[in-house]
Amino acid sequence: MNKVLEISDLDFSYHTLSGETKAVSKISFDVYENEFLGIIGPSGSGKSTILSLIFGLLTPTAGQIRMHTKSGADETAIGYMLQKDHLFEWRTIYKNMTLGLEIKHQLTDGKKQLIEKMLHDYGLDAFRNAKPSQLSGGMRQRAALIRTLALEPKMLLLDEPFSALDAQTRLSVSDDIYSILRKEKKSAVLVTHDISEAISFCDRVLVLTTRPGTVKKILPIRLSVDSKTPLKARSAPEFRQYFNELWGELHG
Amino acid sequence: MGKAITPMTQANFIRRFRRRKHFVTLWRVLIFIMIFALWEIAARTGLIDPFIFSSPTRIVKAFISLMPGGAVFMHMGITLLETFISFVLVFVLGIAVAVILWWNRQISDILEPYLVSLNSLPKTALAPILIVWLGNNMKTIVVCAILLAVFGTIINLYAGFATTDPDKILLIRTLGGKKRDILTKVVIPENFPTLIGSMKVNIGLCLVGVIIGEFLAANAGLGYLIIYGSQVFKLDWVMMSIIILCIVAALLYKIVDLAEKAYLKTL
Repeated sequence: MNKVLEISDLDFSYHTLSGETKAVSKISFDVYENEFLGIIGPSGSGKSTILSLIFGLLTPTAGQIRMHTKSGADETAIGYMLQKDHLFEWRTIYKNMTLGLEIKHQLTDGKKQLIEKMLHDYGLDAFRNAKPSQLSGGMRQRAALIRTLALEPKMLLLDEPFSALDAQTRLSVSDDIYSILRKEKKSAVLVTHDISEAISFCDRVLVLTTRPGTVKKILPIRLSVDSKTPLKARSAPEFRQYFNELWGELHG
Repeated sequence: MGKAITPMTQANFIRRFRRRKHFVTLWRVLIFIMIFALWEIAARTGLIDPFIFSSPTRIVKAFISLMPGGAVFMHMGITLLETFISFVLVFVLGIAVAVILWWNRQISDILEPYLVSLNSLPKTALAPILIVWLGNNMKTIVVCAILLAVFGTIINLYAGFATTDPDKILLIRTLGGKKRDILTKVVIPENFPTLIGSMKVNIGLCLVGVIIGEFLAANAGLGYLIIYGSQVFKLDWVMMSIIILCIVAALLYKIVDLAEKAYLKTL
């Protein structure tokens, strides 16, 4: 399998007047094509920092980040999804979806068709002219995903994208997003504090230590279910075993 | 036997809503009529000296006497023009400076104490200097009005810009946006209500500034008419100008208000 992302010996420190805080240290891992990698760890272990470093919002103190795409290390290769959807209330759903394209001056006919297709495929066609406040939490998160996917990224960074949703919506939205990402053949890095979510969503789960975060373990997840979805994954016989193992890694 | 209760149907609700609205309007009109009626009666019965306090009929007469040749409208027009020019300039300057301060944190840090002290300075103190510097003309009046309103506008807008939701800014950055995109896609749209709010305050402040300017440096305008009238003891003119000012102020506010409503409808 081809590597999409290669990270080696990544260090990052925050600087404040009261001193330097090492956030992550010697982080190394790869992400493969069509692979979903989960990152879990105690709070403050630098989960979100790693995503910011990959995207380039932060510059690493040491180490290397390499993206392998046809076009090379091009920033459009990465899409970023945040905890909240942050749909702008002063724009319609459709206009929210085109926001990234407007910023990148890529609002071409081809891209517009892509948005049309996704609007239709993901059940938001009737809401194109609605205001974000008129949509349910799940629909909003789908709209936010389309906004990200419209830029056609090779890989997605998901920063606790379901944590702002209530428990029930959370399961169905993670099912939704999972199948959309699989269908669009994306790679993803999912940061979460929820062990079950990591197991059910990801192909491998990386466990970070407490601050400064280092890689404690990378655990491949193999569940015996047909056509896996996050919801089905939860009833796989191996699920509990993985849960216990990861729980042990986090708290041991 | 108990009293029959009228059920709250939609028709009842609307009726009650209208009745309340009519009640408010009725009282507004009544108070207006009462003030003017009492004023007129007090003047006619000699309770107050009409020469000093004027009266509604004397004001109307003064208005009519100033009508030929359109003198009243000329004075009104000049005051409105000066207010409009300063309002537009305050708006443009206010946004431009607030954007610069937002764009460059260092500049805003450096300028903060100056802005704060200029904002709390009573701008009327500057008016005599302005006459010396700029002359006895419209420039002085417009600058006076701008000085009165612009610092508050800058501080207000900058405070809004600086507290823009950081998560929304992060979103723009995750979509590959640069500082310019953050400004045009988030900061300005999110602060639109602040912008409208400061416009509502400014229209009044500019009018105040223009009148202060006209008191000191004018040969036309409602402020000039007030000062001139009081000097030659034509207090009918003074009162008339004040009443016209009330109407003008209310109308200008209403225009900004309507502009806001029109904008909100497009949302």
